[in-house]
Parts: sequence; structure tokens; C-alpha cells
Amino acid sequence: MKAASSLRRLRAMMVKETRQILRDPSAFLIAFVLPMTLLFLMGFGVNLDASKTRTGLSLQDDGAAAQSLAGAYAGSRYFDIRAVGSVRQLRERMVAGDIRAIIVIPPDFSRDTARGGGTIQVITDGSVPNMAAFIAAYSEGVRATWEASRAADAGRQPTPPIALSARFWFNPELASRNFLVPGSIAVVMTMIGSLLTALVVAREWERGTMEAIMATPVRMGELLVSKVLPYLALGLGSMALCAVVAVTVFGVPFRGSVGALIVISTIYLYPALCLGLFISAAFKNQFVASQVALLTAFLPTMLLSGWIFEISSMPAWLQGLTYAVPARYLIPQLLTVFLAGDDWLLFLPNMAVLFGFGSLLLFLCIRATRRRIA
Amino acid sequence: MINSRLRAIIVKEIWAIIRDPRARILLIAPPVVQLFLFGFASTMEVDNIRIGVLDLDGGRWSREVIERIGGSPNVAEVRLLRSDAEMRDAIDRQEVIAALRFPPQFSADVAAGRGGVIGGVFDGRRSNAAQIVSSYVQTIAGEVGATAVPMRAPPGGQSIVRNFFNPTLEDQWFVLPALVAILASVSVLPTVSQSVARERELGTFDQLMVSPLRTYEMLTGKMIPPMIIGFVNVTAFMIILPLVFGVPLTGSLVPFYLALIVYLAALSGLGMLVSVLSSTQQQAFLGIFVVINPLIILSGYASPVDNMPGWMQGVAATNPVMWFLKISEGTFLMAMPASEVLANTWPIAIIAAVTITLSAVLFRQRME
Repeated sequence: MKAASSLRRLRAMMVKETRQILRDPSAFLIAFVLPMTLLFLMGFGVNLDASKTRTGLSLQDDGAAAQSLAGAYAGSRYFDIRAVGSVRQLRERMVAGDIRAIIVIPPDFSRDTARGGGTIQVITDGSVPNMAAFIAAYSEGVRATWEASRAADAGRQPTPPIALSARFWFNPELASRNFLVPGSIAVVMTMIGSLLTALVVAREWERGTMEAIMATPVRMGELLVSKVLPYLALGLGSMALCAVVAVTVFGVPFRGSVGALIVISTIYLYPALCLGLFISAAFKNQFVASQVALLTAFLPTMLLSGWIFEISSMPAWLQGLTYAVPARYLIPQLLTVFLAGDDWLLFLPNMAVLFGFGSLLLFLCIRATRRRIA
Repeated sequence: MINSRLRAIIVKEIWAIIRDPRARILLIAPPVVQLFLFGFASTMEVDNIRIGVLDLDGGRWSREVIERIGGSPNVAEVRLLRSDAEMRDAIDRQEVIAALRFPPQFSADVAAGRGGVIGGVFDGRRSNAAQIVSSYVQTIAGEVGATAVPMRAPPGGQSIVRNFFNPTLEDQWFVLPALVAILASVSVLPTVSQSVARERELGTFDQLMVSPLRTYEMLTGKMIPPMIIGFVNVTAFMIILPLVFGVPLTGSLVPFYLALIVYLAALSGLGMLVSVLSSTQQQAFLGIFVVINPLIILSGYASPVDNMPGWMQGVAATNPVMWFLKISEGTFLMAMPASEVLANTWPIAIIAAVTITLSAVLFRQRME
């Protein structure tokens, strides 16, 4: 009898919450517009793989070897020779952003090459360090290949004494899209779980409608469940949409099982939703709650989850901080379920940590709500 | 220009922003926290690598390569693996980012001049880091190979690499000037976007309409205080970057600050547009959030604009953050001349003109 009336209250509350979500355009914005923009930006806009570099050539030698090397650069798939001139002229073009690299073939190059030497200079735009490092490596690749093919023409075929035959598992084509797009799902679920929930519930506190609900026979547990479940459903729906778009539009492989993806997502949404509820109960003001949610949920998920930036390369204090970021435990699971397949030995420890986070936040959330009423 | 009505609304708007002590802290603390967080987190280098080795050879040259890898400053741990199955597990569980397999005849092949081949397996889930690790291993293999068979081939040529503007390729020299542009947008946009939406939600919008204020006065009055906040934030960064992080400031400040004012106006225009279109603070906030994401991702900060497909570069050209990021990088690192600053400022001016005009038109429509 008691259970039946509790169930009835719960149902009524859920209907109310669900209608509120359906009527509110901001929920639609966060659950559908934002995920799609993010996915398309990550799929098309962010490309960490170097493409054709716009390059200037300073050819100061008119010998045959110099011409042949210049031709090798012009024909390379990594370089696009846009300008020719002196280093000074090309430097100005670099400041203007027209070119990212300058290849300098010095006056004595052909003569030195004939003697078994030949040094060129590669000048990169150091203002984008990551790109500069790639350019230097690709340039050396072009030069070494050119040298090897000349040696082969001359009948000398040097085999390198030690070679590395590299194989990249799970992502043999090395497309950065393959980890950027699944990782976006982590950001989307954080947004719905923490940011949207924090905002919506903070508004209820701000307007006093939360107190009004508390004056009704609804119990604390029922109240929390009725807040959490609709957003859980929204989060999972949005995740499903993202996963479908990732696979169909962006061609990201999906080697795991759908069941595993749902379990992983649900367990991640537990701490994410509790964080949102906790923020709203603790701050009760929309503007403050939104800022706190940005700082504690959105930014850490973008920066400290190991999605875009390598955690192992960060300073030690910051690495320590990443252990407190729930998304850190989600990213490896997401990448594995998409690119590698189900691996429960990897999933379970991460899930356990996320479950722990969720329970801690739930406890804090209940405490913050209780204190509010007292 | 500044009449008493305009002054009054500016003062009122400043109070509206800084009245709440928590909101006051939020205007100052997050940009600084973000500067430090982003500044340290966004490194593209790959350090503290954990690498596995499966040495089926155990000879001189495999041991030499393993030792050199262990001694590399970027490698934190070399884990000895005993079987192919163990190697597979170590990669699958992400215990190591790469595993190197030395075949049984490896040292013999190297010594005999047949060339030894190391089989490397890399974790493609982190394809970017994996590629960098593979190039480290390649370099070490080449160096050990050169000592194994000295002077066999003629020495050959080489290339000398020089990096303009940032000789040692410090990541922070790139990241921090980019953050000047990004954090300015992050502090200005949400504040402006709240302004009209808040009045609408609280119902004070009607009071504004019956006041003697003209549309342009209301809009200017609401846009100027957030611009002042952005200006103060950027100025703080201009001091922190050279002093705390040692980023060189090589360009001249006058063209930079002129461009900054145009940039702040463009950001306010964009924020105002979102504000006018929203009827509650919550919509304004989420709307601005949806706008900020593409602004940052297409700014050239996350990945170079050069790498984007052509049509996406066209989209990026409508992004004021992308243009101001160029000006900021140029002013810090490249001693960018005033003419170049100007060339990157006029697109921002167009964006400012379009967004402000559009929000004025919509604002008037809403009043009627």
C-alpha cells in the first residue's frame, strides 16, 4: 500500500520533470544541437594529422642536385610550395601567415652532394610548435627518401642496420578523428549530466519552487530519483545519437558491443548527474551554478581527461588532479569500446571508481539538500 | 557622445554585474584559473612514456637498443614482457603505449649486415601520442644502427632545423597568447548574453522600455561594462605572460590594443545577439555555450586552421577569435607590424558591425 502510493508520487513527479524538459528549448539545445555541433566540429574541424604544409622555397643553387631536391619537395604529398624567394622575403610571408615553413637549399649544395654531403636548412614557424615539429620530421623524410633514391640510381643500396616496422593497432590509418569523435561523447554526457541538471535545478531553488515541492508528501529519495531519471534518459538518448552519427557519418569503427556502451554510459552518468544536483543544491543561483559547473565539469573533461592532451606529459601536480576527474575513467572505456572491442578487465576497475565518485557526490548532495531545508 | 543618460545606464549595468559578491569573484577567478590550467594542461609533448619490450633475441644489439630507450629522458618505464600474449594484454589494457618485439635472430642479422627489424606495436587509440613515440624509437634505432655498422655508406647529407619566433618550440609560447584571445571571449560573451535576457526574465525589460533611453543607448550601456571586464582581463594577461611564464612580447602594444577594442566590440555584439534571442537567463547561458564551443574549436587553438578542409576554413573565417588569435600570437612572438595587425583586424570589424546591427534590429522588434 505504502509502496504503491510512493510509486504513484514518483510517477507524477517524473511526468512533471519530463514535460518540463520537453517544453524547454534549452534542453533541446544541450541534448541535440550541442552534441551535433561538437561532433561535426571534432569530425571535420579538428585535424591533428599534418596535411599539405604551405611552404616557401629559397633555392640558392642552380646545380642539378639542388633542382632535383627542389622537385622532390614540390612533388611531395606533405609540402605545397607556395612561394619562392630569399629567406628575408619569405620570413615576411611567414609573419603574414601565408607559409609555415621555408626550405633553404644553400649555394654549394650540388657541389657538396657530389662529395657525399649536402646540407639544407629547414626553417619552421615556431609559433605553432606542434606543427613545427611535424614539419621538420616530414621534411627530413622527403630529403632522406630523395637521397636514398639517388644512391639507388648510382647502384648503392644501403639497408639500414636497424629498422623499425611499426604497426598501429586499433587505428591503423592513424586518423585523429577516430579518437576525437568518440571522446566528444564524454563531453556531451558531462554537459547533460552536470551543466544542464545544475542549471535546471538551480532555477527551481532560485524561484522557490523546490521548497514548494518539499512541502508536498514527496520524500527526499523520490525527489532525487525524479530529477535524475529523466536526465539519465536524455543523456543516454543523446549518447545513442552521437554514437550512430560517429559510426555512420564519420566512419568511426565500433568493435565493442552496444550493451557495453550503454553500461559504460549509464555508470558515467551517475557521478555526472549527482555533481549537477550537488552544485545546484549548494549554490542555488543559476549564474553561479553555471560557472561552477563549467569550472568543475566541462573544463576538466576537455582538458584533464586524457582525451586531447596526454596526462602523462602534464606536470605532476596536475596529473594528481586528473585522478579526481570522472571523465578520466570514461575516456579509455569509450575509446576501447569503439576502437578495440569489449575488454571487461579494462572496464570494470574504471566503472568501480566512477561508482565510488557517484556515491560520494550523492551523499554530499543529500547533505546539502537537507541543510537547505533545516 | 557620452550623455548623462548613457552614463546612467552604464553605471547601472556595472552595478548589475558586480552586485552579487559570488558573481564578482566569478568575473576574476575563472579567467586566472583557466589561464594556469590551460597553460599547463595543453602540452602536445609526449613525456613519461611507458614502453614494453619483448626480447626474444637477448643479444648485444637488442640489449643496446633497450638500454638506449630506457635512458631516453622521455621514457619513464621500460617493462619487460615475456610472451606475445603478455604484449597483447599490456597494449589492450593501456599499461604501455608501445611494445617492441625483437625477433630471435635480431643481433645476428645486425652483425651480419642483413639489417635487423624491430616489430613495434603502438596503441592507435592514442594515435597522436603513438606516432610521436614511434618517431622517438625510430631515431634511437637509427642511432644504434649507425654505431653497429660504422662508416659503411658514405656519410650523406643532412638538414639543419631552425624554428623562427620560438627557437626551442616551447608549447607555452603558443598556448598562452592563444589563451589571451580565448579567455577574453569566455569572459565577455556570458556576461553580455545575460544582460537583456535577465531583464526579460525578471520583467524589468518593460521598465526599460518606458524610460527615456534610446535603443542605441540601451545597447551601448549594456555592452560597455563587459567590454571593460574583458579589457582588464586581457591587460592582466599581458602582464602575467611575460613576467610569470616568460613569453616574449616582441610586437608593439598600440595596434594590439586598437585591435583588442574592435575584438571586444565584436564579442559583445555576438553576446548581445544571443541575449536578444533568449527569453530566460538559462536559454541565454546555454545559447552562449553552444556558440563558444565552435568559436574555440575553430580558432586555431585546438588544431591549426591550415589542417581543416576548405569549406571549414571558410566557416572559421567568420570567427573573431580566430583572427584575434593571430594578432595575439603575432604581437607576442613575431613582432607583427601594424599593417599585418590591421589586415587581421578588418574582418573582426565586419563581424562587429554585422552582429551589433542585427541585435539592434531584433532589440527594436522585441520592444514593439
